[in-house]
Amino acid sequence: MSAKVITVTSGKGGVGKTTVTANLAAALAMQGRKVVAMDADIGLRNLDVVMGLENRIVYDLVDVIEGRCRLRQAMIKDKRQPELYLIPAAQTRDKMAVSPSDMVLVCDQLREEMDYIVIDSPAGIERGFRNAIAPADQIIIVTNPEVSAVRDADRIIGLVEAEEKGPAKLLINRLKPSMVARGDMLSIEDVIDILAIDLIGVIPEDESILVASNQGLPVAMTSVNGSSASQAFRNVAQRIEGVDVPFMDLTQKDGFMERLRSWLAGES
Amino acid sequence: MSWFNKLFGEKEASGAVAKQRLQMVLIHDRSEVSPGLIEQIKDDIIRVIASRLAIDEEHVKIDLTQSGRESYLMAEIPLDTKARSRA
Repeated sequence: MSAKVITVTSGKGGVGKTTVTANLAAALAMQGRKVVAMDADIGLRNLDVVMGLENRIVYDLVDVIEGRCRLRQAMIKDKRQPELYLIPAAQTRDKMAVSPSDMVLVCDQLREEMDYIVIDSPAGIERGFRNAIAPADQIIIVTNPEVSAVRDADRIIGLVEAEEKGPAKLLINRLKPSMVARGDMLSIEDVIDILAIDLIGVIPEDESILVASNQGLPVAMTSVNGSSASQAFRNVAQRIEGVDVPFMDLTQKDGFMERLRSWLAGES
Repeated sequence: MSWFNKLFGEKEASGAVAKQRLQMVLIHDRSEVSPGLIEQIKDDIIRVIASRLAIDEEHVKIDLTQSGRESYLMAEIPLDTKARSRA
């Protein structure tokens, strides 16, 4: 067995990298894969709380790198899935405690026994980002349909290409179909047109993501009934596995005024 | 914009504005070429070509454009045909 290393990154902070990492790791594990989610955001760890495993941390990534524990001891088993693990970031150290070659070494040890290693990158383009992409076989760039996030995604695409880690794939998070319908949000097509890279998924804005994460539960582990985000994350996991899953229809004409407008404009 | 939007006095949809602004800013981000540098290049090109050919200097256009993720410098240099017919 030799695991595939997937790094989730974005440039801009707050676009949902950690949520995406937790959900892709969970969804891949639900498909019967052996998965480790790894938090590369040293000093600002959050993947543990998003996955609901914060109370079980004893050792972290920096302990492994500095030889204070064995790799296995830092792997927290998620009891809800048979083969899902978390390697948390250190909370009281900084990004300089880890080097890109450390990340490659740790991942090489994990590759033997895992199917996927999903790495949560910190925001920015500095050391933490370099650490996160160093061992990557596939990079997923998360963006939101807004000017600043797309601009940063474009910068990351360029950096990933320069590091010969491309081609990266794009995941559009927090799309609001009703805003796209009335022309007040960049559409999926607009974002792809601008960034010119392959799309691996679109996650709609969905309150169930926050409701699940309040409870330390990746939404992908919840029922897909009533949560389009849960289904969307599972679809992305299937695409990572090479299954050709059609994209969900996220077009929406909402409200009377919208329908009247499109009817009068002859669009319907 | 449809006549319906005009009738109700609505502005251009903000999504389209966002796309247009992104396309402009990314052209310069990707190439690391500032608008000022383009102007300097334009002046240099005019000087080199005008030393050999009669050109319509007023209508020379030098623009950065994109195709996919590739950037191109497009130059449009009209010849001064009146000068040629006089020759």
